[in-house]
Amino acid sequence: MTDRLTRRQALVSLGTGGLLLSGCDRIGRSPAFQSVQSGAERLTMRAQRLVIDRTALAPEFSAADLSPVFRTNGNAMPASPAYRTHLESGFAHWRLAIDGLVSRPLSLSLAQIRRLPARTQITRHDCVEGWSAIGKWTGVPLKLLLDGAGLRREARYIVFHCADDFSGMPYYESIDLIDAFHPQTILAWGMNDRVLPVGHGAPLRLRLERQLGYKQAKFVMRVEAVDSLDRIGLGKGGFWEDNSGYQWYAGI
Amino acid sequence: MEPDAPDEAPADEPPPPPAGGDVVYRHRWPTRLWHWLNALSVFVLLMSGLMIFNAHPRLYWGKYGANPDYAWLQIGGDAQRGHVLIGPLDIPTTGMLGHWTDSNGEIQTRAFPSWATIPSGYNLAGARSWHFLFAWLLFVPGLLFWAISLLNRHFRRDLAPTKEELAPRHIWRDIKDHARLRFPAGEEARDYNILQKLSYLAVIFLLLPLMVLTGLSMSPGMDAGWPWLLDLFAGRQSARSIHFIVAMLLLGFILVHLLMVVLAGPINEIRSMITGRYVLPREKRP
Repeated sequence: MTDRLTRRQALVSLGTGGLLLSGCDRIGRSPAFQSVQSGAERLTMRAQRLVIDRTALAPEFSAADLSPVFRTNGNAMPASPAYRTHLESGFAHWRLAIDGLVSRPLSLSLAQIRRLPARTQITRHDCVEGWSAIGKWTGVPLKLLLDGAGLRREARYIVFHCADDFSGMPYYESIDLIDAFHPQTILAWGMNDRVLPVGHGAPLRLRLERQLGYKQAKFVMRVEAVDSLDRIGLGKGGFWEDNSGYQWYAGI
Repeated sequence: MEPDAPDEAPADEPPPPPAGGDVVYRHRWPTRLWHWLNALSVFVLLMSGLMIFNAHPRLYWGKYGANPDYAWLQIGGDAQRGHVLIGPLDIPTTGMLGHWTDSNGEIQTRAFPSWATIPSGYNLAGARSWHFLFAWLLFVPGLLFWAISLLNRHFRRDLAPTKEELAPRHIWRDIKDHARLRFPAGEEARDYNILQKLSYLAVIFLLLPLMVLTGLSMSPGMDAGWPWLLDLFAGRQSARSIHFIVAMLLLGFILVHLLMVVLAGPINEIRSMITGRYVLPREKRP
């Protein structure tokens, strides 16, 4: 369907001097060119990792810099009945699973997570579309949870499985260990000094301050340590990566 | 040429200055190569950038900026009309921006029309892949061009204005000559005129570096590594606004540049950027 449409567009644009453009579209779809593009993506990630210290902090702001209104994006309310049940009971029976390549799989209640040492940070959230909003986030550093569960030597990525979905496809995201152990990488349960609202991912969302918004998984239900992303989802490391070709490394 | 001239000239006298009709070697290979690489990368960056802009066609000043915040520039439209909002100005752009007809005859309300974007349909992920690949093609050859042009004295010899050229009277005369479409001929045409020098210097040392630095400022990763970027441009959304404004300035440069190439003799100009050899225009007889 897409191909037929574009062929027709190509014919129309032939007459209007748009041949070059349909050429770009055709080039953009060719596997060879896409592999050049993903090569550039890896180059960008390597270059950024080279010039950015692995513990360099994303800029933190003051309370005066907070966005007056922090808009929601993506799913504002997961459709799953299980999530609705949790929401109605105030997440009293909800538990976060931390499993996969760990020595001691954990299952933590929200109350347990809130009792763990927390980090609060005022940071900027950058959507891939271009807008930014500044918010205050409070949550447990992911490092504490991973250390508690005992990451096994083979683990290379951390996968976040979420309660929300798009047309039945569950949302998920993944990060590597450099970002997983970064001091600002937290699972936030509080936002702007209040309990994390549903629209922003209650009860728990990832904050990954050196990457774009789509990496910051909301409604996190399970944290899984894996050695490869191949067997998760469609293998590209996240919902948007799998379904729309967004870059796995979203530091730019 | 006068047939008896060589006999009268002493043997050790320097060759006569080039005149209209003579072929001179005008552009060395690094300049030519960089020109065409840039023609490609700036073209792709501009059009994929317009596609990225379409994802959120609003610009802000400051550290944050999203739909609930005040946008100093917005491009949008509805089923009836398209418009650009700049501060209090409401500029109708129906048929061009914010309301246009696609190749299937359907009305679209995205900011920039499909003929101006890469990819032509709405595709933010695809546009980002194009943009970041060609950003490397702008950045790395740009640095090499800087280095080579310092070493081979291209900047000093061909682009640095002389004191006389910078005199307001000289600049004003050059502006008037350009406005009357009176272009230099003969020996005078071998070197860049002052308006050319100033515009090329502005592109090479101001606009292109600004594009790269404001582009990097929008990267949340780079902001962690190089937080001075945000101080330099007063926040990520300001950097995004400057990125857009400078892109429009570069577009303006390209349009004027292409116009000048056409007016000055496109075949001679384009050939000189391919082979390096340029035929000096002949002086016009009164």
